[in-house]
Amino acid sequence: MPSLRSRLVTLVGWLALVGVIATVWLGLFVTPDAVGFPDGLVRLLYVHPPMAWVAFVAYGMAFLSSLLYLWPRTRDMRFDRLAGASAEVGVVFTGLTLVTGSLWGRPTWGVWWTWDPLLTTTALLFVLYLGYLALRRVPGDPEAVAGRSAIAALIAFVDVPVVYFSVSWWRSLHQAPTVDFTGRHLYVHGSMAWTMLLGFVSFTLAYAWMTARRYRLASLAVQQEDEGLAHAIAERRAEGRVLV
Amino acid sequence: MLRDAALVAGKDLRIELRSRVALNQVVPFAAAVVLLFGLALGPDRSVLAPAAAGLFWIAVLLSALLATQRSFAVESADGARDGLRLSGLDPAGIFLGKVGAVVAELLVLEVLLAFGVAVLYGAHLAGALVLLGSCLAASIGLGAVGIVYGAVASGLRVRETLLPLLILPVAAPVLLGATKAWDEALRGTPSHALGWLSLLAVFAVVYVAIGVVAFGPLLEDA
Repeated sequence: MPSLRSRLVTLVGWLALVGVIATVWLGLFVTPDAVGFPDGLVRLLYVHPPMAWVAFVAYGMAFLSSLLYLWPRTRDMRFDRLAGASAEVGVVFTGLTLVTGSLWGRPTWGVWWTWDPLLTTTALLFVLYLGYLALRRVPGDPEAVAGRSAIAALIAFVDVPVVYFSVSWWRSLHQAPTVDFTGRHLYVHGSMAWTMLLGFVSFTLAYAWMTARRYRLASLAVQQEDEGLAHAIAERRAEGRVLV
Repeated sequence: MLRDAALVAGKDLRIELRSRVALNQVVPFAAAVVLLFGLALGPDRSVLAPAAAGLFWIAVLLSALLATQRSFAVESADGARDGLRLSGLDPAGIFLGKVGAVVAELLVLEVLLAFGVAVLYGAHLAGALVLLGSCLAASIGLGAVGIVYGAVASGLRVRETLLPLLILPVAAPVLLGATKAWDEALRGTPSHALGWLSLLAVFAVVYVAIGVVAFGPLLEDA
């Protein structure tokens, strides 16, 4: 009989799947095309902002759990695993955000990439958290790994506003932006707004499901390691008994 | 705390003076980087001079990576890190001392590089106060980030490859701020650089504060 928690996670997973499928169906076939945008491009609106949102939620969660880990009263390896799981999902969604943003940029602005503050910050974030994940993957004493990872997560998160601020300042002092973000007004209405909202909800559910699964995987890996050790010790003992 | 910092900084700088690793390896490395930028962009001074500030700071950033790696390499031999941990010195003091030593090394390097950039790229060094101020603030910021991450990665076998990946994205605001400050100074409008100088100062303060708080636990864990 699966536990209540694992049934809840499964339920969230199914809801996320249904939600994403509904978003795709509504986004591709039901909602109207926006006037003044390249053919069908506006449909990226239903996936791109939710992806970016999920990425930021994931990093926020990683930051919070790292903080809770570092705080002596709430120090618990579970927070470390949660931080790692959340950051990993965050990196996936940051990558997706960059790709979908690029797909948006090419037909609308004629370029795959522009040094817009938001884009530049997102790209730096991507590299920043790749470094964090690389650090996590370095083997060692679990407590030491957790401690240094938590501090790295803290530094990375503090860096985000500084990077955003400095890059936007850099762009505003330089020449006028090469792309016009405000020229074309997109009026989100009716079914478009509902689809977008559904996109946000179902991607957030997908984030929750992925993080929970990743967290469970990390817990199982720890458990396996412990049991493997106990098993090996028992085996050696058994060998000794045969000799005696 | 400050006395401990002075002790550690003095120790690190004495090691550098005697071993000459910084002088014989890091400075020539930076010189090679500056020369190679010249080759990559071509001999045209009208291209090189406007890019001088950015190229200078990239060279400094890469050298700072070496300097921080070096700062922890001297602690890795003969159980020196355990000695440091058992010395009873305040961890915050150790952190500040190591940052101080790296900052001192970087400042010397920056002065040498500035002359190199002036000669090779034909950059006209002006606004000395802004140039020096941004060097100081940027070096403190780089040193603080470098030493915190150096402690995070110290003792790891993959340290050499991991450390640049950790430091470079975080140091992006320093590169940006220092480059813009230098740009304004070299263009003869040093008063425009004040905003960038304060950005560098804020960055330095934030990361020195994080280091002071985090260094103790990091030293214990390593």
